[in-house]
Amino acid sequence: MEKPLTQYINPNRPALHLKEYERVGGYSALRKALTMAPKDITNMVQEADLKGRGGAGFNTGMKWSFVPMDPDIGTKYLIANADEMEPGTFKDRLLMEGNPHQLIEGMIIAAYAIQANVSFIFLRWAYKKAARLLEQAIAEAYDAGYLGRPMGSTGYQLHLHLHTGVGRYICGEETALLNALEGKRATPRLKPPFPQISGLFGRPTIVNNVETLCNVPHIVNNGPDWFKALSNSGDAGTKLYGVSGRVKTPGIWELPLGTPMDQLLEDHAGGMQDGYRFRGALPGGASTDFLVTEHLKINLDYKSVASAGSRLGTGTMVVLDDRTCPVGFVHNLEHFFAQESCGWCSPCREGLPWTEKILRSIEDGRGTIQDLEILEQHTIQLGPGRTFCALAPGAMEPLQSALKYFREDFESHISQKKCPWR
Amino acid sequence: MHIDSILSEQEIAAIEKEVAKLPMPKAACIEALKIVQQHRGWVSDDSLQLIAQHLQMSTAELDSVATFYNLIFRKPVGRHVILLCDSISCYVMGYEKIYEGLQRQLQIGFGETSPDGRFTLLPNACLGTCDHAPALMIDQDTYPDLKPEQLEAILNTYP
Ligand SMILES: Cc1cc2nc3c(=O)[nH]c(=O)nc-3n(C[C@H](O)[C@H](O)[C@H](O)COP(=O)(O)O)c2cc1C
Ligand code: SF4
Repeated sequence: MEKPLTQYINPNRPALHLKEYERVGGYSALRKALTMAPKDITNMVQEADLKGRGGAGFNTGMKWSFVPMDPDIGTKYLIANADEMEPGTFKDRLLMEGNPHQLIEGMIIAAYAIQANVSFIFLRWAYKKAARLLEQAIAEAYDAGYLGRPMGSTGYQLHLHLHTGVGRYICGEETALLNALEGKRATPRLKPPFPQISGLFGRPTIVNNVETLCNVPHIVNNGPDWFKALSNSGDAGTKLYGVSGRVKTPGIWELPLGTPMDQLLEDHAGGMQDGYRFRGALPGGASTDFLVTEHLKINLDYKSVASAGSRLGTGTMVVLDDRTCPVGFVHNLEHFFAQESCGWCSPCREGLPWTEKILRSIEDGRGTIQDLEILEQHTIQLGPGRTFCALAPGAMEPLQSALKYFREDFESHISQKKCPWR
Repeated sequence: MHIDSILSEQEIAAIEKEVAKLPMPKAACIEALKIVQQHRGWVSDDSLQLIAQHLQMSTAELDSVATFYNLIFRKPVGRHVILLCDSISCYVMGYEKIYEGLQRQLQIGFGETSPDGRFTLLPNACLGTCDHAPALMIDQDTYPDLKPEQLEAILNTYP
C-alpha cells in the first residue's frame, strides 16, 4: 500500500532537511512542473480529482482554473491554510512537523500553476514545532533558490511568508483568513466575488488546505491515473485518517480514500478500550453529523459518508463511548462553536449561545421536553443558507444527529431531572 | 521615562520587517501586536496607541482587531500562560480532572492569575493533540497524555 504523503515521516526521527528531501526525490516534481505550461498542471490536478482536504472536498484543479491567467493581471496570491482548529483534527500538524519541504514544494507548484508570485502559510498559534520547522525549511528553500529567485528558463519566482495566527477558529474559514492576513478582524466575506477573482488585498487568490497541497508534487510526478489508483473508492488518492477518544491506540494513518470505518477503528485504532463500548463517532471533526453502529461498515469516502447523512470533513474521527454522556458531549461542542462564532450574523451570534445554554440546562437536569423542540428549530434556523458562513451550519450537524440517534438520552435527562452519567 | 512611552528599537525593527512583506503598513498590525506582546507580556492601552501611531491607523481600529483575537492579551498576564484544551477529545479523555488539579495547585480558575504573578490559566480550543488527550500548553511547550498527578512536577519547572 503506497503512502505518498507520509512515506518519509517518522515520528522517531527529525523531519528531513533539504538535502535529505532532495535525496529521496524531493523538488523533482517542481523541476518537472517548471517544464510544463501552468494550465497543464491545473488540468492534471483537475483530472486527478484531488478533492480539497480542508473539509468541503471541492476539486482542487477546478478551483485553480477559476483564477484569471491574463499575463498583465498583476499580483496573485497562494495561501496554505494551516489553521487546523477544528476540534478533533490533528492531521496537518503531522504533515508540517513530519515533512515541511513537501508542503513547500506543493505550494511552489500550485503557485506556479496559477502564476502567483507571493504565498503565505497561515499557521495556527499552537503549532510551535511546526512553526520552527517551517521557518527552517523556508530558509533552506530560499538558500537553494527554490524561493525568492527566478527559476530555470521560466523566469518564474515565488516568495513565501509564514504568518502565525493569534487564535480564533473562524480564521480557518478562507475569507475570514484573508481578513486576518490583511490585519483585520477575522469575519468572513460575502461571496461572490470568490477569492479566486478577488481575494487577499483584492487580488486573485487561492486558499488550499495543507494536506491538499502536499498531494500536488506526487500527482505531478506520477500522474492522475496513479493518483486515482491509490484509492478504494470513487474519490482519488489517500487520506490522513485520525481517531481520538476512548480507543486503544488513538492516532493518525495515511490510508486509501474509502477505507471502511470498522477497519479504521479496529485495525488501526485498536478497537475500544476495555470497559468502553462504541456508541457513535463524528467522522470528520466537530462539525460533522454523528455516525453510529449501523454505519460501521461504510467506506470513508466523500460520497459514502454523505449517503450515510454525514460528511467526511477533515477525516479525523472523534469517538463517543458509552461512559460519556452524549448530551455533555454535544454541549461541549456547542460551547466551542458559541465561543468561536465571529458575531457577524445574528442567527449564529444569538442562536449558538442559546443552544449552548439549553444543552447546559438539560445536562444539569433543568431541561423540559419543549427544549428539544427549540433545539430542533435551531438546527433549521442555523442551517445551510441561513447564515453568513458555514460555521453555524457546521455546529448544527452534530446536534441534529445527536437529537436523532441519542434522543432517549436527552429524554432521560429531562425525566430523571439529572444527567444519568453523573 | 515611562517604559511604555516609545516602541523600542528591537520592536520597531521587528515590526518593519513584517511591514515590508505587505502592501500597506496597517496590514502588519496583528504581527505588530504579537511583537509588542512578546516584549512586554501584554498589550496595554499605551502600547496600543504606540503601535497604532506607528502603523498610521486609529487606536480604536487597532483595538477592534486586538480584542477579536483571544491570544492578544489586553490585560496583564502572569509570567507563564497555561492554555488548557477544553475541546471535545480532551473532554472525552477527562480534561475536567486536569482543570480540578490545576485549580487545587494554583488556587485560581479560568481567566485568573495566581497572586504571585507566576501563572495565568486560560481555557483554549482544541490544541490539535487529540490522539494524546488531555493536553495543555505552557508558554511554548505542549504536554500531552496528561495525568493530574503529573501537574505538580510540570508546574515546578516554571519559575
Ligand atoms: C469555520 C470554518 C473553519 C475552517 N477551518 C479550516 C481550517 O482550519 N483548515 C482548512 O484547511 N480549512 C478550513 N475551513 C475550510 C476553508 O474555508 C476552505 O474551504 C479550505 O481551506 C479550502 O481548502 P481545500 O479546497 O484545499 O480543502 C474552514 C471552514 C469554516 C467554515
Ligand atoms: S455564521 Fe457565525 S461565524 Fe459565520 S459569519 Fe455568521 S456569526 Fe460569523
